[in-house]
Amino acid sequence: MNAPQPMTLKKPPAANTVDRAAGGVNRARWLRNALPGISLVVLLATIFIMQPRAMSYMGMNLMLNLAVPIALATIAQMLIITVNDLDLSLGSFISFVACVAATLLNDHPLLGCLVLLGCIGVYALLGALIHSRRLPAIVVTLGMSFIWVGGAVLLLPAPGGSAPQWLQALVKIKTPVLPFAIVVCVVLAVAVHLFLMRSRFGVVLRGAGGNPLAMAKAGWSLLRIKVTLYALAGGFGVLSGLFLVGLTTSADANMALRYTLLSIAGVILGGGEFTGGRVSPIGAVLGALTLVLAGSLLSFIRISPDWQIGAQGAILILVLALRTAVNRLEVRPV
Amino acid sequence: MTVTQAALVDLKGVGKRFGAVRALNDVDLTFRPGECLGLIGHNGAGKSTLMHILAGTLSADSGTVLMGGADVRNGYSVQVARQHGIRCVFQELSLCPNLTVAENTRLTCPGLRDFGWRRKAGALIVATLDSIFPDHRISPGEVVADLPIAQRQMVEIARAFTCVDEHLALVILDEPTSSLDARVAGQLLHHVRRYVESGGCVVLISHILGEMLATCDRIAVMSDGCVVEVRGASAFTHASLVECMGTVSKPQDQDRVFVSRRDGQPPVVEQLPARQQNGQAVAAWPGEIVGLAGLAGQGQSQLLVQLLRERIASGKRVAMVAGDRQTDGVFSLWSIAENISISSLAALRHGLLIDPQAEQAMAAKWQQRMNIRTPDMNNPILSLSGGNQQKALFARALASDSELILMDDPMRGVDVGTKREVYAIIKEEAARGRTFIWYSTELEELNHCDHIYVFRNGQAVADLPRNELSEAQILRSSFQEEVA
Amino acid sequence: MNLPIALNRIRSKPWLWSFLAALLVWLATLGFTGGEGAAALTSSALSFSAFFVIVGVGQMFVITTGPGNIDLSIPANIALSAAVGMKLMDSQNSLIALGLAGVLGIGVLVGCANYGLIRLLRIPPIIATLSASFLLQSMAIAYGRSVRIAPPELFYQFSTGRWLGIPYLALAVALFTVLAGYLLTRTRYGRWTLAIGQNMRAAELAGVRVERVRWATYVLSAVFASVCGVLLAGFSGGASLSMGEEYLLASIAVVVIGGTSVAGGFSNVPGLWGAALFLYLLVSMLNTFGASAGVRLILTGVIIIAVIAAVSGRKTLRSL
Repeated sequence: MNAPQPMTLKKPPAANTVDRAAGGVNRARWLRNALPGISLVVLLATIFIMQPRAMSYMGMNLMLNLAVPIALATIAQMLIITVNDLDLSLGSFISFVACVAATLLNDHPLLGCLVLLGCIGVYALLGALIHSRRLPAIVVTLGMSFIWVGGAVLLLPAPGGSAPQWLQALVKIKTPVLPFAIVVCVVLAVAVHLFLMRSRFGVVLRGAGGNPLAMAKAGWSLLRIKVTLYALAGGFGVLSGLFLVGLTTSADANMALRYTLLSIAGVILGGGEFTGGRVSPIGAVLGALTLVLAGSLLSFIRISPDWQIGAQGAILILVLALRTAVNRLEVRPV
Repeated sequence: MTVTQAALVDLKGVGKRFGAVRALNDVDLTFRPGECLGLIGHNGAGKSTLMHILAGTLSADSGTVLMGGADVRNGYSVQVARQHGIRCVFQELSLCPNLTVAENTRLTCPGLRDFGWRRKAGALIVATLDSIFPDHRISPGEVVADLPIAQRQMVEIARAFTCVDEHLALVILDEPTSSLDARVAGQLLHHVRRYVESGGCVVLISHILGEMLATCDRIAVMSDGCVVEVRGASAFTHASLVECMGTVSKPQDQDRVFVSRRDGQPPVVEQLPARQQNGQAVAAWPGEIVGLAGLAGQGQSQLLVQLLRERIASGKRVAMVAGDRQTDGVFSLWSIAENISISSLAALRHGLLIDPQAEQAMAAKWQQRMNIRTPDMNNPILSLSGGNQQKALFARALASDSELILMDDPMRGVDVGTKREVYAIIKEEAARGRTFIWYSTELEELNHCDHIYVFRNGQAVADLPRNELSEAQILRSSFQEEVA
Repeated sequence: MNLPIALNRIRSKPWLWSFLAALLVWLATLGFTGGEGAAALTSSALSFSAFFVIVGVGQMFVITTGPGNIDLSIPANIALSAAVGMKLMDSQNSLIALGLAGVLGIGVLVGCANYGLIRLLRIPPIIATLSASFLLQSMAIAYGRSVRIAPPELFYQFSTGRWLGIPYLALAVALFTVLAGYLLTRTRYGRWTLAIGQNMRAAELAGVRVERVRWATYVLSAVFASVCGVLLAGFSGGASLSMGEEYLLASIAVVVIGGTSVAGGFSNVPGLWGAALFLYLLVSMLNTFGASAGVRLILTGVIIIAVIAAVSGRKTLRSL
C-alpha cells in the first residue's frame, strides 16, 4: 500500500505524488463500493460450503423468496435517505398495504387500487409537509406508523384475509435457469440504478441530498424534489406489501413491522450514508439479500434461530467497522 | 482598452445595510465587456457584499443597477443575473460532493437534456477544463468528494465558463486562486486574459497583488464600503495599492507607553500554528494582549480553536469569546444569565446543585460591569441587540476563572460605543494579569495589542511588538506581493 | 422586545398543555361513564404512565443532546433486563438486591456499547443503537428462553402495591422525576446537555466536555430502560420477550408531546408525566367510547403529527 501523501499548498506537486494519492483514493473508493458485493459473495460461498444442496434452483428459491419484499422496502427507504431523511413508518406502511391487498383489493379491486394510489399520495403529502414546515422526518414518520398500523387493524382486526389469486400466481412465477426472486432483484437493482444514478432526473434528486443550498441557488425546487422522492418511496412500499402478501397469501397488521429496521440496515450495508445523498441502489439490494441470507446461514450452521437477529446486528456492525477502516485508508483531500 | 463600448452593468449609488452596519455606501462602478476589473480591499471593505449584489444573492437597498440601459434593481435575483449572462465562483464550494464532475455540470446547464447528456456534459466540461487548465488530469466520471480541494476549485471555475444555449457575459471570480498552486493559478489568469480579449468581462478578487496588477485592466480599491479609487492597472504599483487600501487618518491612540512584558518569566502560551513551516510559534506572556492580524480566514481562528482544545484536554483553564455569535457563541434558547454562567458552573455550585442566587448575583455583577442594556437578565439572549449579545459573550469568558482569554474577532458588526467600553475592560483585565489572544480583522483594534502576529496561508509570517507596528507593515505582510 | 419575553413565559411551561389535555380526556371519560370508576381509572393510569415516564426520561436526555440523537435500543434493553433480572432474583426475596445490581450493570454496559459504537465507528446514533438492539434482542431471546420465572413476592408487592389507591411505583417514579428535573436544570451535567443540544460547537468553545456528556447521556438512557424492564417484569408477573416493543414509539411520543424540542436543547421533565397520562387516558377514553384498536392508534398518530407540526413554527432552522 502506498502511503498517501498530503499535498503541500502553493507548490506544484511532483507528478508521481498525484498519481499515488489518486491511486489511494481510487482503491479506497473501489473497496468501499465493492464491500456490499464482497460481503454477499463471502456469505453465499459459506452457505454453499456448509450446505451444497442450497446451490440449486429450489434451494436458492427457498432461501431468497422473502428477499424480494425486503429488497423493495430497502429501495423505498433508500429514496428517503437520499434527501437525508429517515422513514420510521415503512414497516407499518407495508403491513397496511398487505392488509389492503388481502381485503379490499381482493373483494373490490377498483376500491383497493384507489386506496393504494391514495397511499402514494399520502407519501407525497408527507414529503411536502416535512419540507415546507421543516419538520423532523423521524417524528412525523413515527406518528405515521401509528396511523398505518391503526388502519391495518381496522381492516383486519385478526390475522387473515386472502391475497388476490392473480397476485399469488404472479409472485410464484417459475422462471427458467434463475429463480424468480433473483430475476426480480436484478431487474429492481438495475432499473433503480438507471433511474437514480444515470438519468438526468436522478442527478437532480441526489444533488438535493448532497448540497441542497447549491441546488436551490441553481434554481431547482427542493419541494418538488422531496415530494417526488417521497412519492416514489411510497410506490416501492406498495410494491413491497403486494409482493409480501402474495407470498404469504394472508395478512396481519403487524406482519412487516421489522421491515423498518431491516430496510435501514440494508441501505447502510449497501454502502449508503445517512447524509450527503450518498446512496447506491445496487448496494441496497445486495444489502437486503445479505441480511436475508445471514439468517439462512445461521440455520445451516445450526446456530439457534434465537441468534438470527443478533447475527444481523453483528454483520451490520462488522460491515460498518470495515467501512470505517476503509475510509481511514482514504486520502482525505485537504 | 476600449472606452467607447457600452457598459454591461452600471452600478450607481448602490448601498446596503446590515442592521446598524453600513456594508456598502454609495458605490458607483461600471463593468464593461472586454475588460478584467480587479477589486481589492482589506477585510470588511465590502467586496463580497458588492459581488453578492451583482450575482443576485443579495439585493441592494438603494441606488440603481443598470443593465442594457434599464434599472433592474427591483426583482433582481440569481435567475435574472443568469439571464443576463452573469456567473459567479464564490469561495464556498457550490458543487454537490456526492455527484460526479459531469453530473455537476448538468445541474447548472439546463440545456443538457437529451439522451446521452452524460457524455455531452462530460465532453463539455473536459473541453473547458482543457482550455483553461491543460494537463488537469480530471476525468468527468470522478466523484467530486474524492477530488482534492484544488481540483474541485478547478471544476467549479470551469463550470462557470461552460454553457449550453445560454449567453455568458460576466464571470465573477472571488479569490479563485486561494487553493490553487502557482502553476495552475497562472493557467487560470492566462485564460482570464484570453476570455477578456474575446469580449467577455471578468471581475477578479484576489489578495495577491502581483496577480492583480498583471491580470486586470482596471483596479477598483474599496475601503469601508466605498470605492475609494478606480484606475487603470498600469497606474498602480504595489506600494500605491497598499497605500490606497489604508485608512487615511492616523491612529491617535498612542497614549500608552509601550513596555514589553516579555522578560524573565516563561510565556503562558506557546503554540505552533498547524501549518507553520519555519517553527515560528505564537507566544503570549502573563498580562499581555497578543493580536493576530492578517486577512480573514488565514488560519487565525484555527489557531485559537486548536489552542482551546489542547488546553481543555490537558485540564488547563481557558475561555473564548466567539466572533460569529450565531454559530459559535450564543445559546439562543437561553436567558442572558444562563448564557453568561455556562462557563462558570463549577464555581456556582452549592453542594451538588447550582445555586440560583449565586447565578443571579453573577449575572447582576456582569450586567453592571459590562453595562448590558436590558431590564432583566432573565430575558432571552435574543432580546438583546447584537452589540449587547456580544457583551454577554465577553461576560461569559471574563466571569470564568480562566487566566487566558481567546478572542475570535469578537467585534464583528459591533457599534463603536460598545467597542470602546469593551476595549477599556479588556485593558483593565490585562492589567490585573490576565492574558488575551485577540484575532482581529480591524486594523485599528491592533493598536490595543502589545504584540502582533500577522497570518497568511495558515502561518504566522510576521511578529511585531507594538512599538514597531504600522498599518503599512501589516498590509504588506497580509498581501502576498508576488506569486509564490 | 415584548414578544420574545411573552413567548418565553409560555415556553417556560410547555408541559401545561399536556396536563391540560390529560385532564380534559380524563373528564371526558368520566363524563361518559357518569363518574363511575374514577379511582380505578386514575390508579391504573398512574401505574402505566410510570413506566412510560422512566424510559421517557432517558430518551429525553438523549434527544436533548441535539438532532440525530435517539436511542433505539430501549425495547431490546427492556426485554433483556427483564429476563436477566427475573433469572437473577430467582423468585427469592433475598436475591432482589442481586437482581437489581445485575440489571443496573446491564444498563451501564449497554449504554457504553451504544456510545462506543457511535464514537468508534463514527456512525449516527440511530444506526448504532439499532445494531446494538439487534444483538440485545438475540441475547434476550437466548437468555429468556427458559421457563417464565415469577418475580420475588416482595418485588411483586412493590411493583403492584398501592397506598391510598396510588401505586407505590407511581410515587417512586414521581420522586425520580423530581430528581431528574433537578439533574436537568440545576446541575452542570444538565446545563451542559442543554447547551450541546442548542449548539454543539458553541458548547465546545464555551468549555463543555461534549464527549463526556454524550457518553453519560447514553448510559443514563440505557440504565433507565433497564430499570423499567425489571419493574415491568415485576409488575406483569414475569419477563416476556415482547414486553418492550411498544416502548420505542412510546418513549419518543412521550418526549415530543411533553413539550421537549426534537431539535434538542430545550426539554422539560414534568411534561413527560402529562404526556404519559394523556396517552394512556386517551386510549382508555376511546375504549370507553367503544372505539376499536385501529381508531385508537390512528388518533395517537394524528396527535403526534399535529403536535410536532404545531410546535415546529417556534424554532426555525438556522438557514445557511
